[in-house]
Amino acid sequence: MAKIKGFVEFSIEQCKGCELCIEACPFDVLEMSHQVNGKGYTYPLMKHPEQCTGCTSCALVCPDVVITVYKVPTKK
Amino acid sequence: MEIDVEQYKKDLLAQGAEVVFSKTKNLTDTPFSYCGGCGHGVAHRLIMEVIEEMGITDKTIGVAPVGCAVIAYEFWNIDAVQAAHGRASAVATGIKRTNPEKFVFAYQGDGDLAAIGTAETVHTCNRGENIAIFFINNGIYGMTGGQMAPTSLIGMPSSTAPYGRNPDMHGYPLSLTNLLAQLPGTYYITRQAVNTAANVRKCKKAIRQAFENQKLKKGVSLVEIVTNCNSGWKMTARQANKWLEENMLSQYPLGDIKVPKTDN
Repeated sequence: MAKIKGFVEFSIEQCKGCELCIEACPFDVLEMSHQVNGKGYTYPLMKHPEQCTGCTSCALVCPDVVITVYKVPTKK
Repeated sequence: MEIDVEQYKKDLLAQGAEVVFSKTKNLTDTPFSYCGGCGHGVAHRLIMEVIEEMGITDKTIGVAPVGCAVIAYEFWNIDAVQAAHGRASAVATGIKRTNPEKFVFAYQGDGDLAAIGTAETVHTCNRGENIAIFFINNGIYGMTGGQMAPTSLIGMPSSTAPYGRNPDMHGYPLSLTNLLAQLPGTYYITRQAVNTAANVRKCKKAIRQAFENQKLKKGVSLVEIVTNCNSGWKMTARQANKWLEENMLSQYPLGDIKVPKTDN
């Protein structure tokens, strides 16, 4: 079976750095940045993009709705 | 081996990657005024997503409470009113009675619904108004600086009970949701949480059910959402969600409390 692939994008300027997405990710894809955004918060980045399956777990728990999830559709 | 993230995204887009999750149009571009990690944001998103999925954006009127969500109408791209403290369900009653074809919901916190608005809430439920009530329970008065609320747990420190809630002096945690389930005017009562992705999915289903029930005109649908208040609890967001799971959920167990009887 081909691996399901996806990726996430963040509206970095809206992020408040709560890190809940990092905890929610079942595949250890995300990590916090070492830089800060305009509000002074660190924000998440994709550390291991190849492990992302586009499962939307991070986006579901994000309180500020900063995450957009993309997924490559599986062929039927 | 480091992967170039931008190149990886371009490759997947070339393979036909589609958006599977994005911000609903029913939320405005105004950033939430809540603290980082606050469950209010998730609750707002779920309610707005359900309204979008049901296609009732033009037919829904929300009532914002007093509390952290006092300017919720800034974030909701729907019609909304802001009610006096605790009176959201009474205002929602008026709106629903004059506009029975509209979908009306009250969005209230625990200080609003379970303390100051207890009378309005109990009587709205007793009258069996056809509204949905979303009850955000974080066990504390978050907006005013973390004072003890009726829903605060025993032993839980807050700015007005710094040594923890002592039942001899402060009474016991009030589970208003369980009390309301005994009233004949309530139709659907459930308790959900938004601390994990699985709970968020269940919570969304409950919110959908609450809106669907309004079509049946059988009474109040109340969804309690147990959430964190990391600033009031003096924790990080991750600690607060862990604390919620270990402490709040034993006092406020998740699940349906009153479900409609099906006629089979």
